[in-house]
Amino acid sequence: MTAAIDTVLQGALLGGLYALFAAGLSLIFGIMRLVNIAHGDLIVLAAYIALVVVQATGIGPIESLAVVVPVMFAIGYVLQRGLLNLTLDRGILPPLLVTFGLSIIIQNVLLEGFSADSRKLQAGAFETASLRLGADLAVGWFPLLIFVTAVAVIAGLQALLYRTRLGRAFRAVSDDPEAARFYGVDNRHLFALAMALALAVVSIAAVFLAVRTNFDPAVGPARLLFAFEAVIIGGLGSLWGTLAGGIILGVAQSVGARIDPAWQLLAGHVAFLLVLVMRPRGLFPRAVD
Amino acid sequence: MRAALLETHGLEAFYGDFQALFGIDVAIAPGETIAIIGANGAGKSTFLRAVCGVLAAEPGRIRHRGSAIGGMPPDRIVARGIAMVPEGRRLFSSLSVEENLRIGADVGRQGPWSLERLYRLFPVLAERRRAAPTSLSGGQQQMAAIGRALMTNPELLLCDEVSLGLAPVVIRDLYAALPAIRAEGTAIVVVEQDINQALQVADRVYCFMEGRVTLSGTPKELSREQIRAAYFGM
Repeated sequence: MTAAIDTVLQGALLGGLYALFAAGLSLIFGIMRLVNIAHGDLIVLAAYIALVVVQATGIGPIESLAVVVPVMFAIGYVLQRGLLNLTLDRGILPPLLVTFGLSIIIQNVLLEGFSADSRKLQAGAFETASLRLGADLAVGWFPLLIFVTAVAVIAGLQALLYRTRLGRAFRAVSDDPEAARFYGVDNRHLFALAMALALAVVSIAAVFLAVRTNFDPAVGPARLLFAFEAVIIGGLGSLWGTLAGGIILGVAQSVGARIDPAWQLLAGHVAFLLVLVMRPRGLFPRAVD
Repeated sequence: MRAALLETHGLEAFYGDFQALFGIDVAIAPGETIAIIGANGAGKSTFLRAVCGVLAAEPGRIRHRGSAIGGMPPDRIVARGIAMVPEGRRLFSSLSVEENLRIGADVGRQGPWSLERLYRLFPVLAERRRAAPTSLSGGQQQMAAIGRALMTNPELLLCDEVSLGLAPVVIRDLYAALPAIRAEGTAIVVVEQDINQALQVADRVYCFMEGRVTLSGTPKELSREQIRAAYFGM
């Protein structure tokens, strides 16, 4: 019994990381209907930026966020304003092709600059410290921190979207970009802000990923896949749904790994396919379109 | 006529290779109400879309208070005080009625229009302020769309086919709000297919046909025959 609870609990905490991967993707798709194929590689890029900051300054990985978040925010703004905005309003193919190309470019630039060696960020004793919940049950402080951060980030994004003037403009532009322009909303700037925000969230996910596990320039696409699955399970356009999607994916992987370590990824994909078959619009679909 | 608030000189507009406007000259004085009438495809909506910046235009062909604004982006045009009530209302469906109105206020222009003032003009919107726009009746949606534009505190309000698809009694209610809007000194352009409605409210009328102005004048000056000729080209 304890083993079962442990499996689900660890899986749910892992789901927090997947939700962080997915939140930016969900935000971008929700606001501008842009499917960002390079999302996973941008996570890896942020991890390498954190690596550089940590190596250059000697500060801890969590502290490095003070640099990585603003840098990724700026990259997001420029990337959207200078490149991705040009691909919108021309059908679904151009954004897919351009972000696919971007994905390949990022992977190869990282390979060129950092080699194919696996890297990891060290967070010291905190990485392995745990909180004992019962005789045979404990949760790591670090996975707990990831999960709590994921909930806080999603609550923050939700508050931004539904309680602020900027969020109102984001939702208006998502409903009807042309009509939004009639009321003073500058699409290009707003889309750039949305991407900047998404990549700020990506930075947080990236540092957690880099502390939790090894990474190299080629791991991006797999993170993109987890992010996609979390978004689709939760329902397009719903941020809390994305959190739920991440948790379901994490629990499924954890249960699969418990049965047989080789089944971890397979179990996640099977859970995703089951949701897709039974609830094609996801568990908490927001938009009617 | 007083110095124009907005004037166009030889305004042309294109959808790709298709030319929709062939040299439109229109002048609107501060506080004046203008009606643009014409059959489907006459270029009425195209004219409004060019004025509010959605369609490309040569800068000098559209002047607002003397400065060239043709082709300026819509977000800057609305900040200058030219607000559009688009055809088909186009309320933001994931925003509540009140949030739709606030989007207008977010433009940040000072003026007579506030939520309270607007709710006095359209009391039913106050009752439905938290509702989703899609749950409103057509007439209520149109009120919200007009309200959203008014919340930008415009000096020129462009109304594209506000009566389209609405029952006559609802149209009468909508037009009943017009005097209160005019009383604030706002100039109004209404694009209408309903000629009688247009003649009743307008100080001056322009008739468009196939992208050209075929007739203009005050409702008193124009005879039925002239309008029919200008409208249908026969």
